[in-house]
Amino acid sequence: MASKPSTASKGGKRKAAGKAKANHPPAFTQEEEQRALRDMLLIRRFEEKAGQLYGMGHIGGFLHLYIGQEAVATGIFMARRPQDDVITSYRCHAQELLAGAEPKAVMAELTGRLPGVSKGKGGSMHMFHVAGHFWGGHGIVGAQVPIGTGLAFAAQYNGEDRACFTFFGEGAANQGQVYESFNMAALWKLPVIYVIENNRYAMGTEISRATAKAEELFMRGAAFGIPGEQVDGMDVRAVKDAAERALQHALSGKGPYILEMQTYRYRGHSMSDPAKYRSREEVQKMRQEHDPIEQVKRRLLEAGWATEEDIKAVDQEVRKVVAEAADFATGAEQPPEEELWRDVYAPVQA
Amino acid sequence: MAVVVRMPALSPTMTEGTLAKWLVKEGEAVSPGTVIAEVETDKAIMELETDEEGVLAKVLVPEGTAGIKVGEPIAVIAEEGEDFDLDALLAESGGAVAAATGGSEEAAAPAEDTTGADATPASPAVHVGTAAAPVETNAEAYALNGAPDPARNLSITPPAEGDPALPEGTEFVEQTVREALRDAMAEEMRRDERVFLMGEEVAEYQGAYKVSQGLLEEFGPKRVVDTPITEYGFAGLGIGAAFAGLRPIVEFMTFNFAMQAIDAIINSAAKQRYMSGGEVSVPIVFRGPNGAAARVAGQHSQDYAAWYAHVPGLKVVMPYSAADAKGLLKAAIRDPDPVIFLENEILYGHSFPVPQVEDYVLPIGRARIARAGDDITIVSYGMGMHYALQAADALAGEGISAEVIDLRSLRPLDMPAVIASLQKTNRLITVEEAWPVCSIGAEICRRVMAEAFDWLDAPVLTVNAKDVVLPYATNLEKMALPTVEEVVSAAKAVLYRD
Repeated sequence: MASKPSTASKGGKRKAAGKAKANHPPAFTQEEEQRALRDMLLIRRFEEKAGQLYGMGHIGGFLHLYIGQEAVATGIFMARRPQDDVITSYRCHAQELLAGAEPKAVMAELTGRLPGVSKGKGGSMHMFHVAGHFWGGHGIVGAQVPIGTGLAFAAQYNGEDRACFTFFGEGAANQGQVYESFNMAALWKLPVIYVIENNRYAMGTEISRATAKAEELFMRGAAFGIPGEQVDGMDVRAVKDAAERALQHALSGKGPYILEMQTYRYRGHSMSDPAKYRSREEVQKMRQEHDPIEQVKRRLLEAGWATEEDIKAVDQEVRKVVAEAADFATGAEQPPEEELWRDVYAPVQA
Repeated sequence: MAVVVRMPALSPTMTEGTLAKWLVKEGEAVSPGTVIAEVETDKAIMELETDEEGVLAKVLVPEGTAGIKVGEPIAVIAEEGEDFDLDALLAESGGAVAAATGGSEEAAAPAEDTTGADATPASPAVHVGTAAAPVETNAEAYALNGAPDPARNLSITPPAEGDPALPEGTEFVEQTVREALRDAMAEEMRRDERVFLMGEEVAEYQGAYKVSQGLLEEFGPKRVVDTPITEYGFAGLGIGAAFAGLRPIVEFMTFNFAMQAIDAIINSAAKQRYMSGGEVSVPIVFRGPNGAAARVAGQHSQDYAAWYAHVPGLKVVMPYSAADAKGLLKAAIRDPDPVIFLENEILYGHSFPVPQVEDYVLPIGRARIARAGDDITIVSYGMGMHYALQAADALAGEGISAEVIDLRSLRPLDMPAVIASLQKTNRLITVEEAWPVCSIGAEICRRVMAEAFDWLDAPVLTVNAKDVVLPYATNLEKMALPTVEEVVSAAKAVLYRD
């Protein structure tokens, strides 16, 4: 499936094409394919392990897994520069890892331990990595959208060469604050890229049951003059290509840009989701025909850039990292009582 | 038939105005809809239209006259060539100052107290005195050495440092709260490039209540940003800018509209530092008028102090005097955490002495003894101080010496100051314009029960607004808000006097 730029900014409107595979996005180099493979495998194995730890009672509360959607965050992070900001919803482990947080510290946050990225006080939905310009990790649907817009405002205010990738789901795309943000971003030409992760299910509600014009989310900025593209979010190359285009647009002073990533989550919304709202066959079909990791593996093999053994070795390496993270996270100490009272406010200056 | 034109009330809180300009000269014809003058109110310059047909026969106040009370005659419109006796006309139409503007004027201008019902001899500026008297309490009460004490959560404990000492011979200048707030913002914007103001009508309109007057000219549109009317969106945007290290001042036209943004304030600002284990700071100020104004009814008249004071991660400030407004707003802008800064529309136009020192910054979380006394402690904040101070005057007339504490900050709440006063008087009442249920007064009762029960010689009483939606009708509005009489009678009740 090719990217389909809307012509919203020129006042015209082109109907989004269906899902037919059209032109391929620009090919990756060997290094890019290998990086994509490793990053996506890390996310998948990490999330699988987190799911297991949840089942064993080591992780509690909500746990929103990214399995199936790996190409979206991975492609965006391949396009973004280290100084570009990223912010997302509660489905945030992938971005946290890609921003450079240690898998051990991320897993320890999930188990609620002191060495966790938020000292065990945030949990699955509240992870940050400020050194890597990742700003969370937000539990209220849509609330990160004005915040991401504000990060872009700060970049413009400071005259910095920075843009903000603001992720949200297709469910959040119906939130009023999203449109308040679109208005200000377009009005002030803020360097923000809105990444709609359309995984087709807002918790248990299939997109067409809650969303008008469900097939054209990339047009949601049209009234504000914000251009948008619909992107095959299962193809990491298409994601990176579109993200680069969007970044260039935002940095050139033309203001915001919308990327609708058509993706799919294999797991439930959170852990307690029996997923009765869709068939097992639907999930299986996506896994077999569109899996983002399988696509990269196939290309690596076809190009002769890797053997089955090479790919297995990467998987083994990643599994080791994840296993160590799990061991660390289940063995680390819980936050001591004084942490209960700490971080409500900035420390008092002595 | 000659008609007297009087200074109209052009806004709910207007009590007087300046006749900026006559647009029609004596002898010139007017008809219904003619704009005859420009009147400058406390908020804006307004055009004054006439409903009469005829000529502007006589101008009674020259251009540039300031301080013209609402209802005062300003001109006469008559038929062309008509003879009239000015004195007779004025007498006939209600005297030199019309009493008929009545209700709204009373409600709008409690400080003026033209009704005489409260029998208060002086304006609030006199009560305030010159310098803020530091609270004399045991330093140990504020000490926080060593590890945080779960019984005294750091987040609700006032800072160790009190008000800065003013140099000998410090000059005080009378300033309105409005001017003090503007000066505080301007000083901080000069001091720190990261500070900017955003909100509805803050720039070109100069502030819906004229608080940001002149800031656009000095700092330009980059740092004084007019926003769309989308509170949820721009509150969230400001929070994002604060994540990135800017120091936003987000003005809500009134805090009633901040309800649209309450999720951003609580979930995205207040909780962020904690949820991130200290990694993310949100140095932001949300400010604007809060509480009842005058005659604007239910949806525009709520006091949110207790709502915000409920939330760990927020600091909440609600000053009464201009000096406190200035010193605390400067502190709020410098604070590394989100601060809710609650102002009051009626107090904007009130004048107080403000110390003329280089950099007047006050500690958030410390109360001030506004008036010293021995027999009873009256604890209040914001507009409640207006009633508390008048009641203290009235009580003094009956030989009762009341100590009035202005909390100034509601989170952290300066309980050491309250308790120190209680230890002296053994009797306590609270006064606030908010509803009684789960109010600041209720919180003070809770704390006093736990921390100072043995010092009480009588139950604590709270004086609040009535537990109703604020009504529009003049008489009902007056009944719904606290009165000086209610404060006096509560004070007497805890003193067992009648």
